[in-house]
Amino acid sequence: MSARARLAALLLAMSAGLPVQAAQPAPVPQDASMPPPAQVEALLRSDRFRHLASELRCLVCQNQTLADSSAELAVDLRNDVLRQMAAGRDDAQIKERLVERYGEFVLYRPALSARNAALWAGPAVLMAIGFFAIWRLSRRRAPAIAPVGPTDEAALRRVERLLADEPPAGPGARG
Amino acid sequence: MPTRSLRYVIPIAIFAALVLLLWSGLELNKKRPPNEIPSPLIGKPAPEFLLPMLEQPEQAWSPSQLRGQVWLLNVWASWCAPCLVEHPVLVQMARDQSLPIVGFNYKDERGAATAWLGRHGNPYRQVVADRSGAAAFDYGVYGVPESFLIDKAGTIRFKHVGPLTPEVVNGKLLPLVRELSR
Repeated sequence: MSARARLAALLLAMSAGLPVQAAQPAPVPQDASMPPPAQVEALLRSDRFRHLASELRCLVCQNQTLADSSAELAVDLRNDVLRQMAAGRDDAQIKERLVERYGEFVLYRPALSARNAALWAGPAVLMAIGFFAIWRLSRRRAPAIAPVGPTDEAALRRVERLLADEPPAGPGARG
Repeated sequence: MPTRSLRYVIPIAIFAALVLLLWSGLELNKKRPPNEIPSPLIGKPAPEFLLPMLEQPEQAWSPSQLRGQVWLLNVWASWCAPCLVEHPVLVQMARDQSLPIVGFNYKDERGAATAWLGRHGNPYRQVVADRSGAAAFDYGVYGVPESFLIDKAGTIRFKHVGPLTPEVVNGKLLPLVRELSR
């Protein structure tokens, strides 16, 4: 193993979140299935590619998108996206192709389905429950606060005296 | 007053439910690590491929050649350290003649792969070489080693990501093989 390869392996091992891959795969020879370099360059710079790659998950570094990850697998998947784009597939077809192989986990924004409906609805339902609870509690407490007020004549006079800064009547009130 | 005591009971009940929910989530993680992705390929036909064999690159091999048998497709590479961990398990399975194992050499150099097999023993009935990873893509391979159990009709029945352990082999894989072989 050359020093460079050893460094690369070390860096790869250090990039956390690698579940099973511990060393570096052998470099792949020039891929004939890729579109010509000029087209690849143009596709790489396109907003459409950037958008797609940021919505797809790298399965090796699972908290990184295909756009961000430099894992070998992410490179392969990015190349597949490029090939499909060059072949004229639309975004939905490209995503479907990856979902068929890697499951919905590759999508950072999974589509709404019967299986994940609870997850999509969850936040809205919880918020509705919260608002309902606040409404119920505030309605129940409102009458308990309303009667509090200076209805007592004696207390009212005491308050007026205090506001006028008069010393209160009675012995030993002020030394 | 019943409403008074409810004021204390309800939050405690909600808290207890939350603890239970989070606890069950942790228990689930133990059964299936969260970084393990359930394969959408279980129950689907094993994707066809035509790949050169590692030892005889002029000959091609395809999964349809094992139609009618229960077999294991094991994705490995000489550069993959965890593959070395699972290798004795595969060698033991081959010695026990548990089921045919086909090696799927992933993104590897031919010389390094054959040398690795020479050094550690060859448990495989056949070894195919996927230099580019194009066929592995169809199998949704995202890390090596990975193993796929394929039934007589050519349907993927089970997938294991990471090194095979005696626990997985004896607890899950072989019982399933016996069931599928009937």
